[in-house]
Amino acid sequence: MQEMIDRRRLLQLLGIGAGVVFTSRLAGAAPRPARLLDGDAARATDEFFFLQLSDSHWGFKGPAVNPEADRTLKQAVATVQKLGAKPGFVVFTGDLTHTTDDPDERRKRMGEFKEIVRALDGTELVYLPGEHDASLDRGKAYVEHFGPLYRSFERDRIHFVALDNVSDPGALVGEKQLAWLEDDLSRVDAEMPVVVFAHRPLFDLYPDWDWATRDGKKVVDVLSAKKNVTVFYGHIHQENHTMTGAIAHHSAKSLIFPLPAPGSVPKKAPIPWDAAAPDKGLGFRRVTPRAADAAQRVVELEVGR
Amino acid sequence: MKALKPTPWRRAALALAAAFALSGCLTPSSGGHDDDDEYGPPPPAEHVVHVTAHRFAYEPAEIRVKRGEAVVLVLSSLDVPHGFEAPRLSLSATIRPGAETRLPFTPREAGRFPFHCSVFCGDGHEDMAGVIDVDE
Repeated sequence: MQEMIDRRRLLQLLGIGAGVVFTSRLAGAAPRPARLLDGDAARATDEFFFLQLSDSHWGFKGPAVNPEADRTLKQAVATVQKLGAKPGFVVFTGDLTHTTDDPDERRKRMGEFKEIVRALDGTELVYLPGEHDASLDRGKAYVEHFGPLYRSFERDRIHFVALDNVSDPGALVGEKQLAWLEDDLSRVDAEMPVVVFAHRPLFDLYPDWDWATRDGKKVVDVLSAKKNVTVFYGHIHQENHTMTGAIAHHSAKSLIFPLPAPGSVPKKAPIPWDAAAPDKGLGFRRVTPRAADAAQRVVELEVGR
Repeated sequence: MKALKPTPWRRAALALAAAFALSGCLTPSSGGHDDDDEYGPPPPAEHVVHVTAHRFAYEPAEIRVKRGEAVVLVLSSLDVPHGFEAPRLSLSATIRPGAETRLPFTPREAGRFPFHCSVFCGDGHEDMAGVIDVDE
């Protein structure tokens, strides 16, 4: 059973959760609009935090939805650089590049992406593939540029898992990765919080628009064996906060164009560019898992200008 | 074997034989039993719909069927592997070039049921969608 959380419900949960260390049921997003980092950074200086950037689609061309497609990622990186405190890491949850049939062009875009984020040298960068990066060649070029398709690591007494639900073009995690995940989590202390990254939603968010992972239920079943699990993902180019059982799933805004809310329009299509508010619907987020102020745990941030 | 030259008499004989054979097939036999009683009514004909997938569209993109009728979608691809997924009808298939994929179903309720490509196929994949209209 899944429950989409509205802002009122989030406020209730966050209120109850103040002071609790990233309890999964309470790991909600900040119930307020996105903002610039100014002023926020100081509050995060003493605590471990990471940033989630997603869906930059480097190489995309579509003036009607983002005539500044070659600027948005660079600007987001510049905004991260202005941060007063250094994040524990920056995670890119897939669709780093926009897809192309040409393998050389794909590699060129990946090289350019790496060159842009090189400005963050000195900060650990964690990459995940999106279908635009990895589906057409089953992750071959992605692995050459960004390393393994899935992996886990620990930081600040939190177990992080980066999953691949895109290199199979049918949006499958697959039995091999599922077995790896089960084994990986079996080695994790029962009390240790688990944070999962993925590109696509691991639950049936809106299957009519292909906003799901074909075998996502199997993944959620494996994750459900742990007490404290939170998932951060991309793909749908907007914020969404949904509970499946005790697991909170938070999708991120994109760095290229927003998409409409699930099922809100007959046909899924990018929301047209608004010259009066060019960064509307775009952004990234800061996650401070152990923030004493629950509202500070997940904060949506603007790309900046 | 030497072919017989068709003459008016031979044509008439062939037509008579054919008519006799057909009548034997389509009417109750001399034993008097009823085929419907023994075997049930003949199965209703399937509504076969051929759907062609190519980057980045289906043809037709709108499929019209009737509630309760047996439908078979015969799916084929002109280029790369595609998917066909209609979540609300629990239909899901992969379409591989060079082979036909048959997807039988019987719609139980009327309405409009979207379908989309579920195998990432390139820039334009997200636009590859259609709808199954089920009439009363």
